[in-house]
Amino acid sequence: MRLKIRAALTALAAISAVVAHAKEDIVIGLQLEPPHLDPTSAAAGAIDQVLYANVFEGLTRFGPDGSVNPGLAEDWEISPDGTVYTFRLQDGVQFHDGTAMTAEDVKFSLDRARAEDSLNAQKALFAGIESVEAVDPLTVRVTLKSPEGDFLFNMAWGDAVIVAPESIANIKQAPVGTGAFRFEDWVQGDRIELTRNPDYWGEPVALSSATFKFISDPSAAFAAVMAEDVDAFTGFPAPENLPQFDADPRFQVLVGSTEGETILATNNANPPLDDPGVRKAIAHAIDRQAIINGAMFGLGTPIGTHFPPHHPDYVDLTGLSGHDPEKSRALLAEAGFPDGFTTTLKLPPPSYARRGGEIVAAQLRAVGIDTEITNLEWAQWLEQVFRGKDFGLTIVSHTEPMDIGIYARPDYYFQYDNPEFQTLIETLNETADPAERSRLLRLAQRIIAEDYVNGYLFQLATPTVANARVQGLWKDAPTQATDLTGVYWLE
Amino acid sequence: MLGYALRRLVSLGVSLVVASLVVFLTLEVVPGDPAAYMLGINAQPDTLAALREELGLDRSRLSRYLSWVGGMLQGDFGISYTYRTPVSGMIADRLQVSLPLALYALTLSTLIAFPAGIWAARRRGSPVDAGIMGLTQLGVAIPNFWFAMLMVLVFAINLRLFSAGGFAGWETGLGAGLKSLTLPAIALALPQASILTRVMRSALLDTLSEDYIRTARAKGLTRAQALWRHALRNALIPVLTIIGLQFSFLLAGAIIIENVFFLPGLGRLVFQAIAARDLIVVESVVMLLVFAVVMVNFAVDLAYSAVDPRLRGRR
Repeated sequence: MRLKIRAALTALAAISAVVAHAKEDIVIGLQLEPPHLDPTSAAAGAIDQVLYANVFEGLTRFGPDGSVNPGLAEDWEISPDGTVYTFRLQDGVQFHDGTAMTAEDVKFSLDRARAEDSLNAQKALFAGIESVEAVDPLTVRVTLKSPEGDFLFNMAWGDAVIVAPESIANIKQAPVGTGAFRFEDWVQGDRIELTRNPDYWGEPVALSSATFKFISDPSAAFAAVMAEDVDAFTGFPAPENLPQFDADPRFQVLVGSTEGETILATNNANPPLDDPGVRKAIAHAIDRQAIINGAMFGLGTPIGTHFPPHHPDYVDLTGLSGHDPEKSRALLAEAGFPDGFTTTLKLPPPSYARRGGEIVAAQLRAVGIDTEITNLEWAQWLEQVFRGKDFGLTIVSHTEPMDIGIYARPDYYFQYDNPEFQTLIETLNETADPAERSRLLRLAQRIIAEDYVNGYLFQLATPTVANARVQGLWKDAPTQATDLTGVYWLE
Repeated sequence: MLGYALRRLVSLGVSLVVASLVVFLTLEVVPGDPAAYMLGINAQPDTLAALREELGLDRSRLSRYLSWVGGMLQGDFGISYTYRTPVSGMIADRLQVSLPLALYALTLSTLIAFPAGIWAARRRGSPVDAGIMGLTQLGVAIPNFWFAMLMVLVFAINLRLFSAGGFAGWETGLGAGLKSLTLPAIALALPQASILTRVMRSALLDTLSEDYIRTARAKGLTRAQALWRHALRNALIPVLTIIGLQFSFLLAGAIIIENVFFLPGLGRLVFQAIAARDLIVVESVVMLLVFAVVMVNFAVDLAYSAVDPRLRGRR
């Protein structure tokens, strides 16, 4: 009850703030434009960047710190064996088209995502679902094939949002969700406009409208912020300009962490990289801080394993692969390559890869490993490296949250095949006890670090530059989202 | 005149068919799968197969080529692989920016080049001529994206007279729309105007040294009268050629300027579509540009014959 009063008071405060002060609209700059507006049928992060939590909501939702909070599900019960989740839905939720959101819509959304002809880019999130049942209009029962520790986390993804059956035909152009903002207009190549949803079931939002403007060129992004054409730019693409904004009282700079582990991915099935000794030599040849400084202008946190440093279960394993060219050369000699060897380094378009790649190549050359650098477009990278596994080394940021499970897939592009690790992940997936999960996660991080599966470089940072009076923006990016529900203007 | 136009139309049609084949086959051999791009790295094989089927990528090349060309003949460019909307609508949206921008830049370029070129030719060898030629040298040498960024710095960031980019949209009024295209149009027009000025000047100087100009002068016309009545019209042929080339270039080649000013034009659409392997969009836009270039050349040919009646009988 107290919580409700407080919620009401905050709401009231938000409303009065809105009444007293004029500024209720915001223009957000983003580098990438969504290809279309259906978060449940594409991998593009840009879709969630605009729509997640603003237009679409799921049963659960991510908080600014990455925690999993109630969303359209008010609360839930989990059966003792961990296979049956009974969700109680928020009462009085309406889709933007005016129809009520009920258990049937939840069933429809989950069944659509896991159907045989589903186009969901993260279909694996739903693979463990045995059945979905609408018990009554406000109760949904999800039965899993086996216990799944990550299930509530999975349901918070943008790919698991609840959609209205009747909106599917036009969802790619005219998305209909349950969120605090409704979709208004999309001028392709330029902007997407959202307006406040007056019938929102949750706490009312301070902004009456929001415009997302798409500016891909880094220098254009700089100019747009400087000229105050945009009020905030999330994922600001010109890190070299951040000191200038920091020094300007008109702006604030937020540097947050993301779920993006940037790794020197290594083809574990490609000789001589199949030799753990060689991979260890590569790991010791790399100076992470030099890459962060040189390629990212100092933004990014060094990592020693495939896990985000801001996660409570993170283990700092950077010590296992400290920069030590001497040791690296010795390891190479031990592995039978006293004079080094030559391999390929294939780089996708982002600057962390292109700029980072040059530095990695120089550091590898210092210990005798020559790399042939090839720059690839994303489509080529997906075909050659990811699908064709035709590479020695590549640099890529794995931006999916909690994705250490990819190391349990021997056919994944870096082809790491360790039965011990595969069993561990299997156990982890079926474990719900937090303490045990934490222990297993720590163990998993250590195994891949000690096997030197990939070169672990740094956690990708995300800079946001905003007008100094804009409050409530997310600093970190636990998922690719620009949650505007808590954003407001001072004065 | 009519026969001439008809002959030009036939060769225009042949060019288009050849172009469509080249465009389609080139893009077929480019590596990269649009479905894989859309679904990212966690996509499962059955999901990829389902999307490929939905996009029609599982059909044979010939059947895709024929349905593409057949559709285009009826004005239907197909459905974009990534955006999932009709390509013709997307192109029409982008043309609302690209076409006015190209015309705006061309108008500016012509308005600068004609007086400057004529003035320089009339005052050949004078400080005025040297000054104009020096400026055009600079105009050709300065990269237009750099000049664009300089203008953004001065007019958008410091003086706040313009916004740093973006397109206001025609629905906000003609003035607002033109204003948001002004800086990009100037950036595009500057090198074009420089080139055109030089062409105008040298074409005029060439004709001014012709025998008929001496005859005109001999029958008592002043230098200026001879220039306006006789030289200018004859000097227009090379100038028209350049204007035609410039227009096609401005329509398709504004991509860097579109990026600097984040304008939703055709260039950026192609750029994004290539990255996403949205082949049907790339193919259709390229075909449209080919069509535009061919049509502009056709129009220029017709303009030649308007300027110079002797050309009507030839070819």
